[in-house]
Parts: sequence; structure tokens; C-alpha cells
Amino acid sequence: MAPWTRRGRLAEGVRAYRLVAAMWVRSTMAYRASFAMTTFGNFAATFLDFVAIMLMFSRVDALGGYPLPEVAFLYGLSAVSFGAADLLIGSMDRLGRRVRDGTLDTLLVRPAPVLAQVAADRFALRRLGRVTQGALVLGWSLTRVDIDWTADRLLLMPVMVVSGCGIFCAVFVAGAAFQFVAQDASEVQNAFTYGGTTLLQYPPTVFAKELVRGVTFVLPLAFVNWLPATYVLGRPYPLGLPLWLAWAPPLVAVGCGALAGLAWRAGLRSYRSTGS
Amino acid sequence: MDEFIALERVEKVFEVRRRTGFLRRERREVRAVDSLSFTVARGEMVGYIGPNGAGKSTTIKMLTGILTPSGGRLRVAGIDPARERARLAHRIGVVFGQRTTLWWDLPLIDSYRLAHRMYRIPDARYRENLDRMVELLELGDLLDVPVRQLSLGQRMRGDIAAALLHDPDVLYLDEPTIGLDVVSKAKVRGFLREVNAERGTTVLLTTHDLQDIEQLCSRVMVIDHGRLVYDGRLAGLHEAGESERTLVVDLERELPPVEVPAARVVRVEGPRQWLAFPAGQSAAPVVAYLAERYPLVDLSVREPDIEAVIARMYAEKAVS
Repeated sequence: MAPWTRRGRLAEGVRAYRLVAAMWVRSTMAYRASFAMTTFGNFAATFLDFVAIMLMFSRVDALGGYPLPEVAFLYGLSAVSFGAADLLIGSMDRLGRRVRDGTLDTLLVRPAPVLAQVAADRFALRRLGRVTQGALVLGWSLTRVDIDWTADRLLLMPVMVVSGCGIFCAVFVAGAAFQFVAQDASEVQNAFTYGGTTLLQYPPTVFAKELVRGVTFVLPLAFVNWLPATYVLGRPYPLGLPLWLAWAPPLVAVGCGALAGLAWRAGLRSYRSTGS
Repeated sequence: MDEFIALERVEKVFEVRRRTGFLRRERREVRAVDSLSFTVARGEMVGYIGPNGAGKSTTIKMLTGILTPSGGRLRVAGIDPARERARLAHRIGVVFGQRTTLWWDLPLIDSYRLAHRMYRIPDARYRENLDRMVELLELGDLLDVPVRQLSLGQRMRGDIAAALLHDPDVLYLDEPTIGLDVVSKAKVRGFLREVNAERGTTVLLTTHDLQDIEQLCSRVMVIDHGRLVYDGRLAGLHEAGESERTLVVDLERELPPVEVPAARVVRVEGPRQWLAFPAGQSAAPVVAYLAERYPLVDLSVREPDIEAVIARMYAEKAVS
């Protein structure tokens, strides 16, 4: 495919995404009270999540050598990245249902990229609650942590958040692509529940809930915050990895995105050849 | 006549996996569409019928670009649907009778505004089409009503309008009158006839209701087991299938089977009797004859259903 057509498709996708997402926002606004309550609930639930960590710190001074502000720093970064991805395309897991009940077909007869339409499906502003909470925790931690703010560390902050969001988005897309093949949600769920429980056999208290969720996506997690964040904090690197890896997140995000894109294309192709 | 829709030995083979044991799975190939060839000219209105699982929706899905054929050649308006799905989308309108494409919680007009932008319909054209649609389908009072509050018939009319706003050359309708009351059915049929006549829109509709075909389509195609088993006029189908209509008669009291020329009693249940007569024949003389000689309370005519017609066609073939 020529680069200009690819760019054209991207613009087309973004346009379709915005059109569909706007419709969902209007739909939720049909039930304003419910919207207000779920947004608050979303915020409160994630807030309590962090309260649990704070309670832990009333007993100990540090977790794995990290004091509370630094743990909050890691938590906040991951929560913002994940929250943003969840806000943008978090409803993609509904794809399995659309495949099963056949409503995916109604998207396929529209003149817009299917990925964009599915990504914007059930777009929910209430998910702002999660990003907001993450941003608050991150903001609070920044007032407490002792960071030597050099120019490169300052630059790394937005790079880290955007790449982290990209990595999580890629995982969402790949997960959705998988649902083309395995529509029994149970099988998909198994992949996550089993993967999750294996991790949960280790003391989950070491991680915040957002992190545990993130670790489910094993490989890319370290690039979302661990590596770049330890660099910003000026802490010793895990596993003795080279320092420049702190700048790898954008590359990792692009790589994950490309893989997820391929998975999506394969999934959609298989759907169009099997149709069930 | 230009061939607007053309299929040449189109095939669709599904691989079905069935669980036969704890971990064992059996693979089986299912030929949903088997070497199907037909053409439809621009402006034709064609009924596409067949029993459940015959391959109707698979065909429609290939024609709309949802499914990729496993073999053969397929063109709609010169476009290969599987390769250029999005380009084709501008040329076709699709109505899935059982799934609405309208936005459930939003006023009807919002769904049209989305189509306006998503299909990039020029403003003047959009307004003109919408006005015409509102007039013909009587949507005026419904535009500001959330879709979830519409009745089934109103929603179907809304869906049909949505499928036509971008001036498609071809309209696919999957069971457009399913579950509708008599009045709504009549409205939908009247509108389809109008659109076809006025804009020359090619219409392909699948249905279980033979009356849809009777009132709309000059041509009917019957598919069974993925193959075209009949292509021609509806009247011819009745002849080929020797199908019969049924007259259900309620008498004042229990009587021995009535005697009527050109019809025979097939069932008696108390004061109710079922009479069968050829589908090509009018019910009027039968009714008149009965009314003159028997104490009638009520009566109704049942059309032959498609399954029965096709079943008879097969029985006929087997005999001859």
C-alpha cells in the first residue's frame, strides 16, 4: 500500500472514530443522572484502590525499597496510561458479543474502517473517572518525590505516558482481534483469568491493582513505567538493563501497535471468510 | 440491460468444527453456496427466497462485502465487494430486518445526521432525500422520538429511510416485513415500489412472506442447499410447486365435510374445516359457493408458505 493511501485511511479512521464516539456521548447524555453516578462510581472505585496502598504504608515505610511517594509515582503513571487507553478504546472487548449476535455486520456495510468503528463502540466518558484519579495520584506524588529535574527527565514524562497509552491500546486491539477467532468469551476470559491468577500467586500487595492488571499484559509492562520511571527517579535499574532503554517506550509502542494491527487484520480476514 | 449484479459460479465453503469428545474435534466442510450464477439488471426488483439455511443470507453477505467468497466471480456495480468493501458501501443500502442500525437512545433524526456525515452526502442532496423519505414513510412526527420508543413498524420504516439517504444504486432487504402488522406492511411495500419506480433503485429482498414477492417482485429466485433451483416469475413458481392456498371456514355447528367444486376438505375439527385449492385460483367463487349453501360464521385464507412450495417442487421432481 502506498504511504499516502495509508495516511488517507488513518484520517478516515480518526474521522469515523470521532463521529461514532460523539454519538455514544450523546447517547449517554440521554441518561444524565446515570452518567453522573457511574462517573463518580468509577472515580470512587479507583480512588479506594489507591487508599488500600496508603493504608499499607501506615504499617511499613517502603515497598520493595520504594517509599509511598515513589510508589504513587509509578501507580499514577500506569493509571494515567491505562486509563487513557481504556477511555479511548476500552469497549473493544464488546467485539466478541457483536460477532456472536451478528451486529458486527452492520458496521461492515458502512463506508468507514471497521477498526475505528469498533474502537469507538460504546465510547464512555465515565471512564474519565479513572484517568482523573490517576492524574491526581501522579500530581500528588510529584509534589513529594525528590527528583533531580534535568531536561531529559522532564521530556521523558509525556513520552512515557503517551507510549504507555499506546502500548495498552495495542493490547486492547490484539485482545479484540483474538475474539474474532474465539468467540466463546469463556476461552478469552480463561486467557486472562489464568494469566492473572498465576501472577496473583505472588503477593499482589506489592503492586497496585492497576499494575497487576498491567502485568497481565506481561511483556510491554516494563516499558509503560518501570524502566522510564526508575530512570526519572534516578534509581538503580531492574535486571541491570542498559540505561538507554528508558527511551525505548515509543519504539515498543509502535512495535506493539504494528503487531496488534496485523493481528486485527488477520482476525477480520478470518471473520470475513468464516462469518460466524 | 446492463448487468448490475453478476455472480459467476460463486461458492462459499465454511469449515465447521464440531466437538465430538473431550478434546477431539471433527472438521467438516459445509457448502453454504454452491456454484451460484445469476445476474440482476439495473432497476429490477427481485425476491430471493428459500428455506432457512439455504444460503440466502450468505449470498447477501457476499454481495455486501461482509463475507469473502471461497470461489467464483462476483461484481456489484462493477465493484468486487470483498476487495473494495468501503467503496461499495457508498453504492449499496442494507436493511437487516431483525437488527436495527439506528441509535437506540437517540432521536431518529440523529441517526440520519450521522449517515449524512459518514457517507459524506452533499447537504442539499441530504435535505432533499430526507424530506422525500419523511413524506413517503410518514416519519414527520417520529424524527424527534428516541428510537427505543418507536414501534416495530415505525422502526422498520426508519431503518429503510436510513439505508436510502445516500442514494444507493442497490438496496438489499433482509425480511423487511417480518413482525409487522398489516398496515405497516402495506406502507413498506408501497414505499419500496415507489423508490424502485422513481429512482430506478435495484432491489433484492429476502422474505418468508410470499405476499411481499407477489406485490413487489416480477422475478423470484429460489435457493436451496446453496443452489439456484428456480428463477422466473412468481406465477411460474406456483405452477412448478403446484402449491395450494388454504381456506379456513368456521361453520355454525359441526357438519360433515362440505362439498365444493375445485376445492377439497383436508381437515375437520369441530365446526372448523380446512379447504385446499390451487394457489393460482381466486378464493371468491369458493367463498360464494359456500356462503350460499352452508351456515358460515367466519373464514380466512392462508397463503402457501415458501417451505411448502419448495418441498412440493422437490416432490414433483422426484416423481417425474
